Amino acid sequence: MLVCMKQVPQKDAPLKLNESGTWIREDVSYEVNEPDAYALEEALRQKEQHGGEVVVITSGPARAAQVLREALAKGADRAIHLDDKAFVDLDACNTARALQAAIKEENFDLILTGLQSDDYGYAQTGVILAELLGWPHATIIMQIEKRDAGIRVKRELEAGYFQYVDMPLPAVLTIQSGINKLRYATLIGIKQAKNKPLRKVALSEVESAMGEKLQRIERLYVPQKLKNTEVLEGAAGSIAKKLAEKLRNEVRVL
Amino acid sequence: MPETILVVVEQREGKLNRVSWETLTAGQAIAADTGWQLEAAVVGSGTAAIAAEVAGKKLTKVHALDSPQLEPYTPDSYALALKQFLSSQSMKLVLLPHTYQVRDFVPKLATSMGRTVISDAIGYKNENGRLLFTRQMFQGKLSADVSFASQAPWFVTFQNGSFRGDQVTAGAGRAPVETVKLDIPGNIIRNQPQPVFKEAKQAVDLGQAEIIVAVGRGIKEQKNIELAKQLAEVLGGELAASRPICDSGWLPMDRQIGSSGQTVAPKLYLALGISGAIQHIVGMKGARTIIAINKDSEAPIFEISDYAVVANLFDVVPPLIEEIRKAKAGP
Repeated sequence: MLVCMKQVPQKDAPLKLNESGTWIREDVSYEVNEPDAYALEEALRQKEQHGGEVVVITSGPARAAQVLREALAKGADRAIHLDDKAFVDLDACNTARALQAAIKEENFDLILTGLQSDDYGYAQTGVILAELLGWPHATIIMQIEKRDAGIRVKRELEAGYFQYVDMPLPAVLTIQSGINKLRYATLIGIKQAKNKPLRKVALSEVESAMGEKLQRIERLYVPQKLKNTEVLEGAAGSIAKKLAEKLRNEVRVL
Repeated sequence: MPETILVVVEQREGKLNRVSWETLTAGQAIAADTGWQLEAAVVGSGTAAIAAEVAGKKLTKVHALDSPQLEPYTPDSYALALKQFLSSQSMKLVLLPHTYQVRDFVPKLATSMGRTVISDAIGYKNENGRLLFTRQMFQGKLSADVSFASQAPWFVTFQNGSFRGDQVTAGAGRAPVETVKLDIPGNIIRNQPQPVFKEAKQAVDLGQAEIIVAVGRGIKEQKNIELAKQLAEVLGGELAASRPICDSGWLPMDRQIGSSGQTVAPKLYLALGISGAIQHIVGMKGARTIIAINKDSEAPIFEISDYAVVANLFDVVPPLIEEIRKAKAGP
């Protein structure tokens, strides 16, 4: 099994625009993209049940290796790092092409990835990777069950609906947050991770598989407020008083 | 010849997904802005009724991509059907709603044609004849204007609620419906979908609630849910949550607001420690008044809030409960 993981800015990290206004300044704290953490957890659980090997892959500059070290500490067997800052501003298609090129010598049965990333939010890379590999895929998965032939997965649909889908292997699945309960790395796991293989892949090794950008961010900006927001400030007690007044006189719910 | 915009409407089991009207409104707006013409496509099996419904709107043509292989939905059959159709046309822009189904097949379709999708857009800009599409980035903290660098057709998916479905313009007459010839061999379909089902009967219909107190990650621990519950009780409202809270099992899934939960439009939505990720916002932005309490001043929830309280919810909520009690007790 391969798990595609991404490092993204921390949820409550304050973001600043770079000078050209096309990306954020990189001096923020990062963490693993949450749905990817669930994808890893699911792969580890499948391995515990059925055996096999869990490999994790990420693309990004040196800082992104942290995601791989954490995954190895949690129980992944080895890691692949497409190590270059050029991987940060790719469109989903070129990210998928780079991933495909990096694993061309591998022989996976199942590729898992989070359903989308908290930075770009494309929700496309896993599906594109499946198409490039010529494999079937299913998205927004809440359960994976191994069958005699292939797998049965539970797809989340909108508004509380679900659907089981039977599909052959190899396949790509995009995983929904909440499919399982995440584990913490143990102290022993963290120690063992240091001796697990981590293969670095340079941009030059996969560049020929990539192409021109298919879409381009022209500018990045703080969104305009849609509403006239009134900010209530002060000590907690006085804020509470003001809020209660608003609830009575303006929202009229008291 | 002007360029052509195609809107692919979504249907499930013979019923039009209403979000398709929003996409048609978007298509009509871009058509009016650019002078391009607008067409629509319906994909499925037995689509005549839906095609006729769509043909009543202001557009030049409806294409019916009809085949027994398109029911039930599979990504293989949908991607192939649309690829066959689009390869025979010269569409400039293909618009779709950003539904779970569209997310499942559009990246595959675009990749199979060597094209790209600008996904989850919330609007567009026409800058001197150059089309840009606006997307939310970093969970809504920033927005980006994105252009296509590839050849047509350009694929765009629009987030729910980005355009008003009730503003779709009716046509002067009825647009012609053309049936598209498709060749979808059964053996290309690899996934075998089982019937759609609902997990449990929804116990609470939050869609009917007048007042909702919703909690997010900022509530920190399961035992703190009690505080939000007290606030909901004193207000006479319902308790709800963002997805991570339900994923953790702190509240049942049927109290989840957002794209994978319920969509609500109460009189008052009081968000406690909710950052306001896109997936949550789509489920509650229709609320008449939104009050957000969050200690992160950059939380995207504040962008759609009427009243913003940048503070620790644990400081503000207990005195707020007291103030409400007092107010309710009368002068």
